[in-house]
Amino acid sequence: MTVLVIAEHDNNELKPGVAQAVTAAGLAGGETHVLVAGANCSAAAAAAARLQGVARVLLCEATHYADGGAENLAALLATLAPGYSHLLAAATPFGKNLMPRLGALIDVAPISEIVAVEGPSSFVRPIYAGNVLVKVDSTDAIKVLTVRATAFAAAGDGGAAGIEAVPAGPDLAVSRVIGREIVKSERPELTAARVVVSGGRGMGSGENYHKVLEPLADRLGAALGASRAAVDAGFAPNDYQVGQTGKIVAPELYVAVGISGAIQHLAGMKDSKVIVAINKDPDAPIHQVADYGLVGDLFEAVPALVKELGG
Amino acid sequence: MKVLVPVKRVIDYNVKVRVKSDGSGVDLANVKMAVNPFDEIAVEEAVRIKEAGIATEVIAVSCGAAVCQESLRTALALGADRAILVESDIELQPLAVAKLLKAVCDKEQPTLVICGKQAIDDDANQTGQMLAALMNRPQGTFASKVVLGDGKVQVTREVDGGLETVELTLPAVVTTDLRLNEPRYATLPNIMKAKKKPLETTSPAALGVDVAPRLSHSRFAEPPKRSGGKKVADVAELVAKLRNEAKVIA
Ligand SMILES: Cc1cc2nc3c(=O)[nH]c(=O)nc-3n(C[C@H](O)[C@H](O)[C@H](O)COP(=O)(O)OP(=O)(O)OC[C@H]3O[C@@H](n4cnc5c(N)ncnc54)[C@H](O)[C@@H]3O)c2cc1C
Ligand SMILES: Cc1cc2nc3c(=O)[nH]c(=O)nc-3n(C[C@H](O)[C@H](O)[C@H](O)COP(=O)(O)OP(=O)(O)OC[C@H]3O[C@@H](n4cnc5c(N)ncnc54)[C@H](O)[C@@H]3O)c2cc1C
Repeated sequence: MTVLVIAEHDNNELKPGVAQAVTAAGLAGGETHVLVAGANCSAAAAAAARLQGVARVLLCEATHYADGGAENLAALLATLAPGYSHLLAAATPFGKNLMPRLGALIDVAPISEIVAVEGPSSFVRPIYAGNVLVKVDSTDAIKVLTVRATAFAAAGDGGAAGIEAVPAGPDLAVSRVIGREIVKSERPELTAARVVVSGGRGMGSGENYHKVLEPLADRLGAALGASRAAVDAGFAPNDYQVGQTGKIVAPELYVAVGISGAIQHLAGMKDSKVIVAINKDPDAPIHQVADYGLVGDLFEAVPALVKELGG
Repeated sequence: MKVLVPVKRVIDYNVKVRVKSDGSGVDLANVKMAVNPFDEIAVEEAVRIKEAGIATEVIAVSCGAAVCQESLRTALALGADRAILVESDIELQPLAVAKLLKAVCDKEQPTLVICGKQAIDDDANQTGQMLAALMNRPQGTFASKVVLGDGKVQVTREVDGGLETVELTLPAVVTTDLRLNEPRYATLPNIMKAKKKPLETTSPAALGVDVAPRLSHSRFAEPPKRSGGKKVADVAELVAKLRNEAKVIA
């Protein structure tokens, strides 16, 4: 049994989630290999080789893998799949785009967002916005999985796996990236942050969102997040959305400001270690999951909190 | 050109589900059902493409039990021209659904298929990508903007860090994200009209598709409850608790 982890990377570094996927791979099977496909991505391959538990890194370089598009990558993976018992990737937009496509190409029913490995063919995954956990058993000979990164510890550094070049597949030339609007942030990555400060509709405007929340996030070294309502209203960018249909986070501390706590939002943050809610409505559902609920006007409470923290 | 939109009947997003006491499944008896919200967005997008004079026909397809006709009537009321029900009484898993949709597409030859990015019951987020693979066509997942051109479609996708725009060769499969559009409400006259629109029924057997499940689901359980609900009186108490009790800040 050998497991292949598909690494998401920016050519130089691995993206958050890869190290957790390697941990899940170790629980699922025997030896773990990591595929790093891209263009000029040997630095990312070297990073993968340093992850503990990785026995071999496959490096596949071609310009048509540079964009991480699912069409060419799935075709490549379909040729590698027969050598593996499991193929898995983190459940990020990259992994969610790619793995089902691979599954269909090799006639395997993929399993999305596993949160536990109970055996080589047995996994646990959340359904219904995280309100139900279900055991899923696969009868397929090869398993295709995505992994919820917050449910697994990250594999540490200190490994020294060999890196082996593998030949590229053909360029299908049916899809190409023609534009990118990527916002570079100085803040920690939302899904990997130790502290997350999220704002909801209660912020009232994009200006308030930044003016009120940034000092708190700065003081706590936090990533910023948002409810869907806040994103839809344009207070925050789309990739700030926490929830069932956005990002899943499980930081040590989650501070929900002006967020009511709809089940779709809770689905994305209720595994946080400590939850703080700041909401003027004492009956808002967010208070039911919060370890510490502060009932009050956020426009007074948040600046006061920053002050109390000695910001 | 034709646009095909798969629609799934799911539990209404406001309903909080309960697990059956024996852990054998989720209690769906007498629960309010609705069209998957992402699929309403997909229907809306398809109808707008038709209203813009680009598409000639919008076809809604659902796979599942006879009651899925309700979801198809909703799609018709929102502006789809006709509907196809692939009737099956066994639970259909995403791979089986993708194969059924592929068989329907082989017949209908749509230029564009617009799926929801995920169904809010099973949260699999798989079907559109699998359909694209089975048809050997490109995919534009998690779309927040779709612009059709000559033989191509530009899809702006919600990805980590922001947005990415891809240009795909048609035919192609697109899956909708929340911010693609705001679906219209079905008006009463349109609901009445929808009752007269054609709805054809077929079956996995007629389409020659093996829908046998590959995955088995068991031991349904609710995740451990949080013991939340405590209130603090003021900011000073909050900070003291975070420092000394929870120990999450320095
Ligand atoms: C298909 C689908 C998918 C969805 N996916 C997601 C998802 O992934 N993530 C997500 O978050 N939502 C999601 N939603 C939306 C979800 O149902 C809620 O609508 C949304 O989470 C509400 O956001 P909110 O809490 O910011 O807004 P509201 O529910 O309007 O809550 C605002 C809160 O702010 C408080 N408030 C207002 N002013 C102040 C003030 N001055 N001081 C203190 N408190 C104040 C109010 O008391 C209220 O509780 C989804 C919905 C659907 C249908
Ligand atoms: C509680 C529970 C129990 C289950 N038990 C079983 C079981 O015992 N046996 C079994 O075989 N399966 C079972 N399933 C599997 C389940 O029926 C399938 O997973 C589901 O139909 C497809 O997954 P999805 O909708 O999340 O796919 P997604 O990939 O999330 O759906 C994305 C999009 O694909 C399209 N789509 C998906 N399904 C359909 C459809 N039916 N018709 C038209 N379009 C569609 C829609 O556009 C949708 O927005 C169970 C699922 C749940 C939630």
